[in-house]
Amino acid sequence: CERSCLPMHFIHIWQMSLFLRLTLESKLNSSFIFFMNDIITTMFNKKFLDELFKPQELYSKKALRTVFDRLAHASIMRLNQASMDKLYDLMTMAFKYQVLLCPRPKDILLVSFNHMDAIRDFVRDTPSILSQVDETYRQLIEMYTPLSGGEFQLIRQTLLIFFQDMHIRVSIFLKDKVQNSNGRFVLPTSGPVPFGTQIPGLIRMFSCSGDEVKRVQFRSAGNYSSALREGSFEMYGERVIKLGTNMYSVSRPVETHMSGASKNSAQHTKVSTAPNPLAKEELNLLARLMGGLEVRKPANPDSRFRVNLFATDEEEEEALISRPDELSYEVINIQATKDQQANAELARIMGEFTEQEEPSASPSSKGDDLLAMMDGLC
Amino acid sequence: MNGEKSIQIKSSASALYNNLSVLRIAPRCLTYFTVVHANVVNMVSASWDGLNFSHRQLQSKEGNIAASSSLIMQASWCVLPSRELLVLTSQKGIQMYESDGSIMVYWHALDNPETPTVTLPKTQTFIERISSGSVLVFDIPSKGSNVMLSEVLEEHRDAVTDMASECSGSLEYMADLVTADDSGLLCVWKSGEDFQLLHKIPGFDVSCSSVKLWKGTVAAGYGTGQIRIYEAVTGIVHAEVNAHARWIYSLDIAPFSGLLLSGAEDSLVRVWHLTMNPDANSVEVEHLYSECITDTQICGAKFCDGDGYAFAVTGYDLSEIIRYTQA
Repeated sequence: CERSCLPMHFIHIWQMSLFLRLTLESKLNSSFIFFMNDIITTMFNKKFLDELFKPQELYSKKALRTVFDRLAHASIMRLNQASMDKLYDLMTMAFKYQVLLCPRPKDILLVSFNHMDAIRDFVRDTPSILSQVDETYRQLIEMYTPLSGGEFQLIRQTLLIFFQDMHIRVSIFLKDKVQNSNGRFVLPTSGPVPFGTQIPGLIRMFSCSGDEVKRVQFRSAGNYSSALREGSFEMYGERVIKLGTNMYSVSRPVETHMSGASKNSAQHTKVSTAPNPLAKEELNLLARLMGGLEVRKPANPDSRFRVNLFATDEEEEEALISRPDELSYEVINIQATKDQQANAELARIMGEFTEQEEPSASPSSKGDDLLAMMDGLC
Repeated sequence: MNGEKSIQIKSSASALYNNLSVLRIAPRCLTYFTVVHANVVNMVSASWDGLNFSHRQLQSKEGNIAASSSLIMQASWCVLPSRELLVLTSQKGIQMYESDGSIMVYWHALDNPETPTVTLPKTQTFIERISSGSVLVFDIPSKGSNVMLSEVLEEHRDAVTDMASECSGSLEYMADLVTADDSGLLCVWKSGEDFQLLHKIPGFDVSCSSVKLWKGTVAAGYGTGQIRIYEAVTGIVHAEVNAHARWIYSLDIAPFSGLLLSGAEDSLVRVWHLTMNPDANSVEVEHLYSECITDTQICGAKFCDGDGYAFAVTGYDLSEIIRYTQA
């Protein structure tokens, strides 16, 4: 696989996991969980994954947004544009945070395994889906574990170019002091050094025969401690790194909505030193947007589900008020996936991407996209 | 150190090794800086009185004309006896410009769309192709665009990350060039009609991202945050420094004073002093001071002059070049 395509795998895996875990952990109701199995089946469909793991050029930001929109529509329901934008921004900033703060470039793979572990945990009782998820692990392991630290750094640098100049402020990041008011992330100068690195401060000097003749400590600035043990790159194992882990720390109660009081008590019991504070913000948003969610199982064995969405977000309320009567209770069809339909849909999705990314007559058109996006951000 | 007025650049720095190049033009009392942002190179020329700045942006190209989206991996000035060239290496090819970026002198396509870098010794330009580990040697005429590929050095098996030529100005040292790769292997060369490999200093499976050669001594910065000082021709380790808590992105040496500058992802720029003890064949390393650029992963750090009186720093996502001068 061309080196240039590798970064997109991580973004896709993280996107998929984010959607799944957002919806899983919002704990809406049990029939919705049944519905989620179908979503996971779709996302880990062999054909979809084969497409995903094929060499492909680094997507333009526009194309990546399109993937996001399609995943969102397949997994949740039609959200309005403003909500989609907000969710996308949150997701992007979360990914940027994870890539930037990885202690070693190779830890990007461990972060992806954290995402995957959470997905696998949910489907552990459903063998057919579990095997698809396991297959994804195998592909990730096969493709990425042979890479060197330097090659991972190149992947990381490519991802960082993708996220460059994005400084969207996320309120929970700001509150948790993970992000500054100028939108830049806080880079800690303390904590354990990455695996393989020594705590800064020591200079050792040698004679030409190799004997150490002098050692000097210099004042290091920062407050570092020894590296933790290395996380596991196997199918199962302790990943050690906390970035990308489950939304809540162990002692934090799972909440479906955030009232002021309960949020405070959650803060007190917070244990994880590297939490994913994005989670609360995302769930807040999602819970508001999905507030009136009602899932009705169909009367007949046809595996179609219908979902009613009653938006509760202020903006959406306003939109509803102004919307003509005949549209005010919009029934949105979420197709539960029969394999054939899924394949066709995915093929169509992939086909659309391929069309977008086809080399056109002018070789710089894709670059124009990227440039235009970057210009827009500058 | 005093923090001096920062220089704003048109777009932010990308996270690339050695992402700052400095050219001092004494006759015109100007210093040029270049910083890479994706497929664009930001050039700033700053007058020494601090009053005048002018900006130019160069885009990566395909062939001589067509603008390209291919990412630029490095932009640096190559100082030759008779001229200076600005060399950009992108995934598609190598572009050489006159030093102010005004005219493209030469374009060389690379078969493999990988990520070369470039440096330059006395008479020739070296450009390597990271994927194969080969190093391309070009002959540059004193005028004009008749650039020729003269040799390909194939010693590295891993991607080549950085190269450095002997910067002391003295001809007494045998080694002219050192090349570094992603496995940490350092190759030491002597230039000539054909290049001669003098020594291979083995890596320890950690990427060497930045390397410098001064008075026959190699200074190498690694992904583990360590700096190692070697004797070039023999590979003897003079010193090991646990310098940074994260990946080192940039090293520089001020040849007249022996100051060493290191910048890393841990937000720190550190200034060291190297003292040669030729009698004992040893090198002493002393830490002088550090500066922290808060919440910034440093990607470029260079001295602005041969004495190390001033240095400049770039960081990922930062749209300025931060300068420091000795108090």
